[in-house]
Amino acid sequence: MDLAYTEAEEEFRAGLREWLAAVLPSLPAKPGPDDWPGRRAYDTTWQRMLYDAGYAGLHWPVDAGGRGATPSQHLIFLEETEKAGAPYVGANFVGLLHAGPTIAAEGSAGQRARWLPPVLRGDEIWCQGFSEPEAGSDLASLRTRAVRDGDHYVVSGQKIWTSHAEVADWCELLVRTDPGAPRHRGISWLAMEMDAPGVTVRPLRTLAGSTEFAEMFLDEVRVPVSHRVGAENDGWRVTMVTLSFERGTAFVGEVVACRRTLAALAAGARANGRWDDPVLRRRLGRLNAEFRALWRLTQWNVSEAQRSGGVPGAGGSVFKLRYSHARQELYEAAAEVLGADSGDLDREWVLDRLSSLSYTIAAGTSQIQRNIVAERILGLPKGR
Amino acid sequence: MDFQLSDDQRALRAGARELLAGRFGRDRMRAALDSGTGLDRALWRELGEAGFFALRLPEAQGGVGLGLPEAVLLFEEAGRSLLPGPLIATHLAAGAVKGAAEGGAVVAALDAGQPVGHLGDADGLLLLGPGQARAVTAGQMLRDAVRDCAEPVRSLDPLTPLWRVTGPFGPGEPLPGGGARLRDEGALLAAAEQLGSAARTTEMAVQHAGEREQFGSPIGSFQAVKHLCAGMLVRAELARSAVYAAAVTADRAEIAGAKLLADDAAVRNARDCLQVHGGMGFTWEADVHLHLKRAWLRSGQWLTAAAAEEALAADLC
Ligand SMILES: Cc1cc2nc3c(=O)[nH]c(=O)nc-3n(C[C@H](O)[C@H](O)[C@H](O)COP(=O)(O)OP(=O)(O)OC[C@H]3O[C@@H](n4cnc5c(N)ncnc54)[C@H](O)[C@@H]3O)c2cc1C
Repeated sequence: MDLAYTEAEEEFRAGLREWLAAVLPSLPAKPGPDDWPGRRAYDTTWQRMLYDAGYAGLHWPVDAGGRGATPSQHLIFLEETEKAGAPYVGANFVGLLHAGPTIAAEGSAGQRARWLPPVLRGDEIWCQGFSEPEAGSDLASLRTRAVRDGDHYVVSGQKIWTSHAEVADWCELLVRTDPGAPRHRGISWLAMEMDAPGVTVRPLRTLAGSTEFAEMFLDEVRVPVSHRVGAENDGWRVTMVTLSFERGTAFVGEVVACRRTLAALAAGARANGRWDDPVLRRRLGRLNAEFRALWRLTQWNVSEAQRSGGVPGAGGSVFKLRYSHARQELYEAAAEVLGADSGDLDREWVLDRLSSLSYTIAAGTSQIQRNIVAERILGLPKGR
Repeated sequence: MDFQLSDDQRALRAGARELLAGRFGRDRMRAALDSGTGLDRALWRELGEAGFFALRLPEAQGGVGLGLPEAVLLFEEAGRSLLPGPLIATHLAAGAVKGAAEGGAVVAALDAGQPVGHLGDADGLLLLGPGQARAVTAGQMLRDAVRDCAEPVRSLDPLTPLWRVTGPFGPGEPLPGGGARLRDEGALLAAAEQLGSAARTTEMAVQHAGEREQFGSPIGSFQAVKHLCAGMLVRAELARSAVYAAAVTADRAEIAGAKLLADDAAVRNARDCLQVHGGMGFTWEADVHLHLKRAWLRSGQWLTAAAAEEALAADLC
């Protein structure tokens, strides 16, 4: 049991640091939250820079276009990019963190060759079309139908809460291909082109005032059968792979961001005199313990995955549960530090406080995560 | 980086668990509870032979030559099994107080303003002042001093007799390493015991939830119960990574965080375990109250939540 990185890992870190210091100043200014074309351009530019320097798809298998780096190296990458203030994955989130890994794990050679390189180069953006108005937590009750017509599926239905739908080129789409089969058995995983005829995207306004996600209406959209990943009606299993990536590793970099924010809160509190309040001070101290431990838990999970060499396990749910609540508490503390300024929407922490409300909902609510922990890790009986 | 137990560490932990199951299984624990007798000296010596106290002494001094991570694994097992006695103080005094390393001597810890556990059985005392830590070792002198300047308290934890100290003890010998280091290590080992207890009460709750039936189903199929259990596991696992990382780094802030989270996990998991047990949980027969009482005591020892939070706040600046 150690926390020391190997010499090779430290070399990798040093090279990455040097590169970040050299390239970050050349990044254009960050666009506003509702400037979607601007955000897409910014995120894909950054992805292209990573690609050109050989840092894209770092931990993806080599035959999927990645560098086959160890999970430890990936951790270093997330730590260093976050520390250096490099852009977050942003609009590349779905492509890089779950659609891509799913295609790498479950797709055919042709599918991997078609879809993975453009994700790594930042040429194509993906979104996730899983949730429906009547199928959120109960994802397996989804109704969007795909009817076979020759070598195409004809897809009709409605998706909702689709992040980045406005700028996406592709959608990882869950559809029902066998309405007669038991719920979990009649689902397939498709890659759908967002500019296909019959796809309509209608932005939804979030409580933070932005248009983070959208509704998606599908009216007889034709999707080639060859765009199905995994076997027909085997989409649920493929989806579980996707979700384990989503919960297992997707939030790791953000823990580093939280630690940075916490240090900034302490500095802010000292500057405006709030630090003298022992209740607030101790609250920040407790959050320090939380985020330190969450980082250690991450290292623990990554080391475990490194040893077993597989898909991240249900331990991702343990992390996600604690992290999402801790992050909300972080912004509650931020509001206390801000005091009278906590009503000023132009303050970064105020907007972040609003955004943080989604953490216990998106990617599986806390209640659903607790069910997973209780049933899959602790082995408690399924409820009705 | 390989932040997982090594094979040797797994073997050490399994060995400790086996030893404790054999020598201090539930029957023994309940027997000790019922008889109310003092420390089991024979068991203490066996712990000494198994390396509990001399674990971190260099081999040249007759120790095992292992480090904090290994000590943490042993103390985690001690916490699981509710093993009583001033294990931490004796471990810290190994090499400095005669007989401590071998399990021949029992060393209690005196922290200014705190009641002292197991003082009546002590052959030596660890004095934790604000500055230097000191050891008082003289057997008969110590017993005289206890008679003159300490009185027994009716203890919350039936397996941890407490004494209130009313007067000053002798000056004692300065210990190598100083007070701050000993206090940090004590806090870390106490955190390890809390972790063991938190993991154990999680198991107890899960087991009961799988067996007890109400409304025609195991209560563990009800979400309200299920979510209590899931919360327990999350607390225990977060505490585990904090405690293990603190053992590897021996960093002060890291130790403070580990103690804070492990205290929280031990106390809250015991409470939730009690809730899952229903009326049974409120009985003397169920072990859960013993975990809770010990966890409460440990929360006040070595490093309190208030002090840990202040240390972690200072670390942010
Ligand atoms: C910011 C954001 C971005 C998102 N992005 C995407 C995206 O890109 N693609 C996508 O497909 N989806 C996306 N989602 C959807 C997200 O996955 C769902 O919102 C989530 O799974 C919950 O589903 P729901 O909203 O239908 O709520 P519901 O399922 O209706 O849940 C409502 C409440 O009931 C509780 N509940 C439901 N079932 C149970 C149960 N069995 N036991 C206990 N409690 C239960 C929930 O915990 C919740 O508190 C996003 C959501 C947010 C907030």
